[in-house]
Amino acid sequence: MALKFEKSGEGTYMLDVCGYVCPHPQIYTKKSLEKMAEGEIVEVYIDNPSSVETIEQMCSQAGHEILEKRTEGGKIIIKIEKG
Amino acid sequence: METTDSVDIKAVGKDDRAIERRNTFWVFFILGALVLISLIYAGVNIYYTYLVVYIWFGLAYGMMLQAGRFCMASASRDLFAAGVPRMAVGIMVALIFFSLVQAILHATDMSTFHPAPFGIHMTISGIIFGIGMVLAGGCASGTLYKVGEGNGTSMLGLFGICFGQAIFVIAGGPLRALLPESWIKASEATIAARGIPAEYAQSWFDVYLTGYIWQKPVYQISQLSFVKNHFKGASAYFVGDALINSIIPAIVLLLIIYALYVRKGFIKKVRKKKGGSGLGDELRGFWGMITASQRTTLMGVLVGITAGLHIWVLAGMQKKFAITNFGQLLTKMGHPEDVSLFGTVFDPGYWYITSQEAQFAAWVMEKLGIDMRHNIFFGVNNGIPELWRNPALWMSIGIILGAMVMSLINKEFKWKAPKGELIVFGLLGGFLMGMGSRPSLGCNVGAFFIRVAGGDPNGWLYFVGMATGAFIGVKFFNWYTERKMAKQMEAF
Repeated sequence: MALKFEKSGEGTYMLDVCGYVCPHPQIYTKKSLEKMAEGEIVEVYIDNPSSVETIEQMCSQAGHEILEKRTEGGKIIIKIEKG
Repeated sequence: METTDSVDIKAVGKDDRAIERRNTFWVFFILGALVLISLIYAGVNIYYTYLVVYIWFGLAYGMMLQAGRFCMASASRDLFAAGVPRMAVGIMVALIFFSLVQAILHATDMSTFHPAPFGIHMTISGIIFGIGMVLAGGCASGTLYKVGEGNGTSMLGLFGICFGQAIFVIAGGPLRALLPESWIKASEATIAARGIPAEYAQSWFDVYLTGYIWQKPVYQISQLSFVKNHFKGASAYFVGDALINSIIPAIVLLLIIYALYVRKGFIKKVRKKKGGSGLGDELRGFWGMITASQRTTLMGVLVGITAGLHIWVLAGMQKKFAITNFGQLLTKMGHPEDVSLFGTVFDPGYWYITSQEAQFAAWVMEKLGIDMRHNIFFGVNNGIPELWRNPALWMSIGIILGAMVMSLINKEFKWKAPKGELIVFGLLGGFLMGMGSRPSLGCNVGAFFIRVAGGDPNGWLYFVGMATGAFIGVKFFNWYTERKMAKQMEAF
């Protein structure tokens, strides 16, 4: 388990918080969005389902858009565009 | 929020079907085992059906807690750290419903509730507990349901809660030297008056209980003269305990949460769309906050009603068996070694989390040769029953298994070993929760939720402490995560 926050391309980032449990995934997601500019996109990799619900509500309230949510081998991947 | 589930999160593939089959097997296995255990208990002695009630209510709590992600640590840290109010809202909704059920039970003389000694110790204890729950990633009940989901950090948290309490209540030495002389004198007088041998009041916690806690007054709003004089009979419970002590403060808190965390974003959207906003929009915003997470709110309602039913069923069983404590039945069944000096065991009569876990740790420590009987907490109040004859411990086991069943059904069960800093956070948080639940005689459930709904203003003192502690914990996490993110961004 190791936190990863990487720039994956121009205006795109990857945040891997697999292995972390509440409250870490949602706090790291919030922190990464704070570091990004409006319109930039982050793909968050999580394996803690209850954090996903908090992140969804957090994005809804803050005006960030969830572009995609999918599962890959037990991981949940959320693609968020900073609003 | 628009969500494009390009690949459905619950898509059923080949692997998913195998997981589903395996999970179904374990769900039936757990439920079958509990049915079998219940039948064995009832067959051995009808008195054990009292214990069986705890098992099944525990299972129900566990299923609801997991389904609603019901956790007071989540409530405070999601609010303070992410500005997400769904869990805090769910807890307030649960409190409102539970207070009404409690009032009905009081009015019909079917309540097992009793208020606790009132004082600032509640807030101090709450602060320690609040810091601990944020570090461990779950409150006392949240930790149990997360253990049921296979969360290893929560298992360490549970270990900390169990042993943190047991060590805390028997510790003597330097801690005792810090005690005020007035407490020591009051303790000596109290134990003499109650016929408790002096060797039972040697630890610092023994003196704290007998010399401080037992001297404090207890309050229940419905029993205060200004309520009793104006509201006769059963109405005092509904007005005093439910309305004044629970519903009005819960609504005020919901309004504060709305004003601080939801209103700004909601009204901004409304004004952008309509060019202005009015009272109707405010009410829609408030209601939208309540219903934002329907699952959590619904579970809040169900938890509140179930907690009330639990009290009703146990009060009925106590009447049927003509007892006030399960220790009386254990003595009748020939197990005097399980009970305390006065023949009692820990038998709260309602939803409660921590004391039974302290008993579990005491049971283990006793097997290791440590004297756990000569103290007030275990020796005089709660006893140390064999694990399989401990009613409240079965409730905790039921909560874990209930959460496991629900997470298996929802395909959310996953063994997750604790690693890195989570080991330290889990253990430290658990120990702090253990220590923070003893001076207050309960945790987020026993010291806050049950007490507030029962009309005891003490619960709010604990709430203030818990929220303060959680705020401190979140501040720490913010600092910690900021540091880690900064390291990650060095490479950008």
